[in-house]
Amino acid sequence: MNDLEILIDAGTRLLAIPIDPAWKPAIKANLAVTLRLAASIDEFPLPDEADPAPVYRP
Amino acid sequence: MNAVAAVEAALARIAERNPVLNAFTAVTAERARAKAEALDASDVALPLKGVPFAVKNLFDIAGLPTLSGSRINRDRPPATADATLIQRMEAAGAVLVGALNMGEYAYDFTGENVHDGPSRNPYDLTRMSGGSSGGSGSAVGGGLVPIALGSDTNGSIRVPSSFCGIFGLKPTFGRLSRAGSFPFVASLDHLGPFATNVRDLVLAYNAMQGTDPEDPFCTDRPAEPVDVSDAAGGLRVRVLDGYFRQGATAQALAAVDAVAVALGAIEPTALPEAARARAAAYTITATEGAALHLDRLRTRPADFDPAVRDRLIAGALVPAALVAKAQKFRRWFRDSTLRVFEDADILLAPCTPCPAPLLGQTTLDLDGETVPLRPNIGIYTQPISFIGLPVVAVPVWLPNEALPIGVQIVAAPWREDLALRAAAHLEQAGICRWKPCP
Repeated sequence: MNDLEILIDAGTRLLAIPIDPAWKPAIKANLAVTLRLAASIDEFPLPDEADPAPVYRP
Repeated sequence: MNAVAAVEAALARIAERNPVLNAFTAVTAERARAKAEALDASDVALPLKGVPFAVKNLFDIAGLPTLSGSRINRDRPPATADATLIQRMEAAGAVLVGALNMGEYAYDFTGENVHDGPSRNPYDLTRMSGGSSGGSGSAVGGGLVPIALGSDTNGSIRVPSSFCGIFGLKPTFGRLSRAGSFPFVASLDHLGPFATNVRDLVLAYNAMQGTDPEDPFCTDRPAEPVDVSDAAGGLRVRVLDGYFRQGATAQALAAVDAVAVALGAIEPTALPEAARARAAAYTITATEGAALHLDRLRTRPADFDPAVRDRLIAGALVPAALVAKAQKFRRWFRDSTLRVFEDADILLAPCTPCPAPLLGQTTLDLDGETVPLRPNIGIYTQPISFIGLPVVAVPVWLPNEALPIGVQIVAAPWREDLALRAAAHLEQAGICRWKPCP
């Protein structure tokens, strides 16, 4: 079992999302794409002071 | 034409054409006839008096459950009031005639729907209308109604506009109230109009502006009505190169170039890190969408469209630290892009890499590479909506092409007026137009 499959099994158990084993290949493919794209943000250098975009105004 | 006659004509077109186009999921004929009779009994002059319109079925319509393209939401109680934008359209004299088909929970670029069937492209019934506001594109492109409302999180107004050959406005993020609409991604959701011409697009946009305490994301800026009778001259127009020229078909690029010539574009420019902007929008969409639907994924996973469900479950598993970084990057990309607008008033890019694909098609060929179709239809729209820039999608019919394709006219935040003026100029010059279906 690779890391994505471990994450899917553990994550869906922790979040109490019931999944049919037949759905796993599609979930895995989608997760791989999202994590690959998110990694391209992770590797981009941002200053500590860069505030996230949403601003909450009470 | 009086309101009753206009509404009866629209209802007749819907009765004749909707069985083929599948754009509508509900027709509110009784309500529309009552509204039209009231309008005709009044002497009050209104900008949209008697104009029929319809809304994507994620807008609340009093008395109907708000489906948002899903099976699950059919069990919701009927909405008790209309969405803010419906109220404003009707206050301006427009008449709601129904609710429109859409991709499930707006997580879609195709216009296909496993529960209701696909809305179809009015120019080729074997092709996609585009998503997720597919019914809006199909209904306006097919001439069933002159105006429709939709939503755009990553491209869902601009993609159907492109495939269905109509004008669409995705306003600045926060410009139009989202109150009374079923959400998707709070960080990125926009609502806006579609129309067959720029005049109607502007009338609808002007009617819907204004603050709304019911939507915490809605701007406090006062309404800024647009007048497109001002000439479009003097605008500094630039084509976006780099990322926005990669992977597009010759037709998509030729459409951008035709618009550029007509607007007197100067040297091209680039949006630095556009690919990363698209990646961040993709990440925020997957994760915020998953958060919205988490309980439904737990209790009714089998009732989702499987393609939507599997993307949402994957989104629920993405580490939060990566999402926070995507939101930090959004601030960086906004600041970077505002600097581009120091030397430009209008930026041009394709709406979609290609014209409408065939229904059921699952892959696209971009630059010789075969890629999954669903996520890649929005590669040019996602970086723009990521930072909430206003965009008018304009339809281009190139010589000898059987299908239209759209171009994004992008302006700086809160400058919808400039994008709409440019669109009006293109329409008057005959470069961009809606073509009635035979």
